[in-house]
Amino acid sequence: MTELLELARRIAGQASGDEQIEAYVSRTRETDVKVHGGNVESLVVAGRSGVGVRVLVGGRQGFAWGGSLDDDVVEEAVVEARDNAAFATPDEFQAIASPDDCAGAVARLDLWRDDTTTTPIDAKVALALSAEAATLAADDRVRAVESAAYGDAAIESAIANSLGVQATTRRTTCSVMSFALAGDGVDTRTGYGFSAGRAFADLDIEVAARDAADRAVRLLGATQPRTRRLPVVFDPLVTRSLLAIIGAALGGEAVMKGRSMFVGRDGALVAAPGVTLVDDPTHPEAFGATPFDSEGVPTRRVELIVDGVLRGFLHNVATGRRSGRGTTGSAVRGGYATTPGAGARALALAPGTASPEAILGDAGEALYVQSVSGLHSGTNPVSGDFSVGVDGLMVRDGAFGEPVREVTIASTLPRMLQDVVQVGSDLTWLPGGAAGLTLLLGEMAVSGS
Amino acid sequence: MIEPDILERTLRHALRNGGDFAEVFAEDRRSSSARFDDGRVEELVSGRSRGAGVRVVRGGTTGYAHTADLSEARLRDAAEAAAGAARDGGGGATAVALEARPTEPHEILVPPESVSKARKVELLRRADTAARERSDTISQVSAAYADGRRRILVANSDGLLAEDDQVRTRFMVQCVAVGDTGMQTGTEGPGRTMGFELFDEIDPEQIAAIAADRALTMLRARPAPSGKMPVVLKRGAGGVLFHEACGHGLESDLVGRDASVFAGRVGEQVASPLVTIVDDGTYSREWGTYAIDDEGAPARRNVLIEDGVLTDYLWDLTRARKEGRESSGNGRRETYRDLPMVRMTNTYLLAGADDPDDIVARTERGIYCAALGGGQVNTATGDFVFGVTEAYLIENGEITEPVRAAQLIGNGPETLRLVDAVGNDFDTWAGTCGKDGQGVPVSAGQPTLRVAELTVGGTADV
Repeated sequence: MTELLELARRIAGQASGDEQIEAYVSRTRETDVKVHGGNVESLVVAGRSGVGVRVLVGGRQGFAWGGSLDDDVVEEAVVEARDNAAFATPDEFQAIASPDDCAGAVARLDLWRDDTTTTPIDAKVALALSAEAATLAADDRVRAVESAAYGDAAIESAIANSLGVQATTRRTTCSVMSFALAGDGVDTRTGYGFSAGRAFADLDIEVAARDAADRAVRLLGATQPRTRRLPVVFDPLVTRSLLAIIGAALGGEAVMKGRSMFVGRDGALVAAPGVTLVDDPTHPEAFGATPFDSEGVPTRRVELIVDGVLRGFLHNVATGRRSGRGTTGSAVRGGYATTPGAGARALALAPGTASPEAILGDAGEALYVQSVSGLHSGTNPVSGDFSVGVDGLMVRDGAFGEPVREVTIASTLPRMLQDVVQVGSDLTWLPGGAAGLTLLLGEMAVSGS
Repeated sequence: MIEPDILERTLRHALRNGGDFAEVFAEDRRSSSARFDDGRVEELVSGRSRGAGVRVVRGGTTGYAHTADLSEARLRDAAEAAAGAARDGGGGATAVALEARPTEPHEILVPPESVSKARKVELLRRADTAARERSDTISQVSAAYADGRRRILVANSDGLLAEDDQVRTRFMVQCVAVGDTGMQTGTEGPGRTMGFELFDEIDPEQIAAIAADRALTMLRARPAPSGKMPVVLKRGAGGVLFHEACGHGLESDLVGRDASVFAGRVGEQVASPLVTIVDDGTYSREWGTYAIDDEGAPARRNVLIEDGVLTDYLWDLTRARKEGRESSGNGRRETYRDLPMVRMTNTYLLAGADDPDDIVARTERGIYCAALGGGQVNTATGDFVFGVTEAYLIENGEITEPVRAAQLIGNGPETLRLVDAVGNDFDTWAGTCGKDGQGVPVSAGQPTLRVAELTVGGTADV
């Protein structure tokens, strides 16, 4: 870790004259095991590291990255970033983080678990094999497991800039997943199950296996329902994906550049009363938790929607300056090869009081959405248009009815936020930048036969 | 990139404790991009990545390790780690002397690195101006230029030594239009396996106009209908449907895991007799084109479905070896850090005999799709979706009003059977195909055609 920070400081220290430099250095060690049919299909044990260099001169920004920490690669990145800066249009708001930006309290988070890196490979392989076996054993109707896998990563990063800001973060993640194929001789349906955590010891293969099997088996015999309008209940995993899209539209860059359905809606009622949405990377249970953002600014709890009212956006240093609100510690980057954007890491709806069972009871005749497909092609955070494919079950009299397939649900994202009827009490942190819970929405267009 | 004698020693080291097959894959990649956004040149980005991965196959197990350092010592470490990871299973190949196989990389007329950054930025400025000139209601324009050069080298224990030099260039414009009905977006992003000569073929103003007009059209759009109806796909706009509806299901890794509705169906009539689908990695300068795949196999033109009959699947080296046949040239990986998988290249439904206008005229009522977003498929069930980003109603045989973006949903084998008209025109579309977390450049293509019935996921009553 110290050598990463030293490298970042050495790069930032090359700033000359009115030039500013920010260096982001990261190193990841990862394991990836895939099993099939009781055999190890592939095993990858690997490390990778890289550097991203941002140079600012008179409001002009240039960026370059290199996929190793070798001297020649790092040197080339600095030279290229400088050269690239010369071509940018000056922007008075473009900036790297200053010590003032970083004045806030730093969350005390312990995101590293030694056992993820020290557990022998054999144990990791065995876990993936047991997940596959447990999925097959979970239900007679599971005819095969398409794939089962174990993966982990230990990620360390360091940021330093020529204004004196520096930060390091490190975290471990691991997960086991299983993808079940259920068959009854006629129909085949699939189900996904997983267990994720920071420590190897956190993983529960029974949860992964049971979810994969149950979610596949309960869809067997699915038919296409007729086209109509129905209330919709979102599974916690689906709610998580929906929040991630809404979070993207609350990002400072999207808003400041007029590419978000929330443009000009600050202070307006954008969701049903009772809907409160917060991004809190300081929450120790959030998978996206981190004490510092991708510009080295301490993270904080950011209220986005409170009781239906839009309260603010997620800002990095540049969008924070442009908006006059300042950074919210929400700089995010996809790795060393990208410049920092502004976005969510740990979105969660404030949970309600209704259990998932109570929500099904209140839903009347409704469609339970177990999983969605085409989320990227079917949602538009600018226009708000929303149309996705669904696998799920009908809900009647408080219980699951027949499974459905080849069906879509459609509405617009602003309308869906207004149509939230009940927020479940079952908040669960999930990988993917947001927490899930059961959600009941009013009628949506359900397209089938 | 790496001397042959070092490669030979590395392969020998990888197999010194047994193993059926070993391979070194090295990659040196440079990329550059520029983005114009919000009326400004926002940023230029340069990237460099190089490294090598060593794969050892033993029985059914593949071990893999990689290094960003191409020195002999680090390659040896990677070979050892990969061999250790693959220790299950028996076998016993020994590395043989490498024999370089000449490959002809696709010719690049104007290497992107020979073009000044100022010229690349100028293209973006022109696109921004052109898009804003289309209408006052265009409120935002983002234009991006990107090029990448990827030199690869593959050496394996069969004695293969092959290299390729792949250059790709892409230009993308996204526009936002604002009106009484809210905001809408329009995008266009052609890409080819070629250098800066791409701009002899395309014109930034023209790409910007397409993106702007698409956003403006969508501003006038009414809600899309909901339910089953005939769908006409404009040439080039629907290739992704077939990429999803059957392409993925024909990848032999998924077929081998019994995770495809097309498993065990070679020789059967799986589609309408009007349907012939090829995957062609040799197709001239398309986005998914290359000289050799990432396992060293030459790109080929593979016929997958001929007149509706399933003729073959797509193969990579490991799956093909298991079946005792040749790779079809479809073993691809995103970077040297990834294991290769069976992937598509340029997947095309070939042109037929119908007049495109006639196909529309013969459709009483339905949807005409002029542009699409991405899609997704569950190969085990065959159910797929794909997003339409520019579509119109067809009423009494005529294209009428635009409708808002919506998802189309269907089942692969059913949809292939329901193709009831295939036009005599053709066009392609460039995109990135994701599988198991790896993205690779692909193209999809088709003539104007009609699917008798698909479910349209709009919000309006039919």
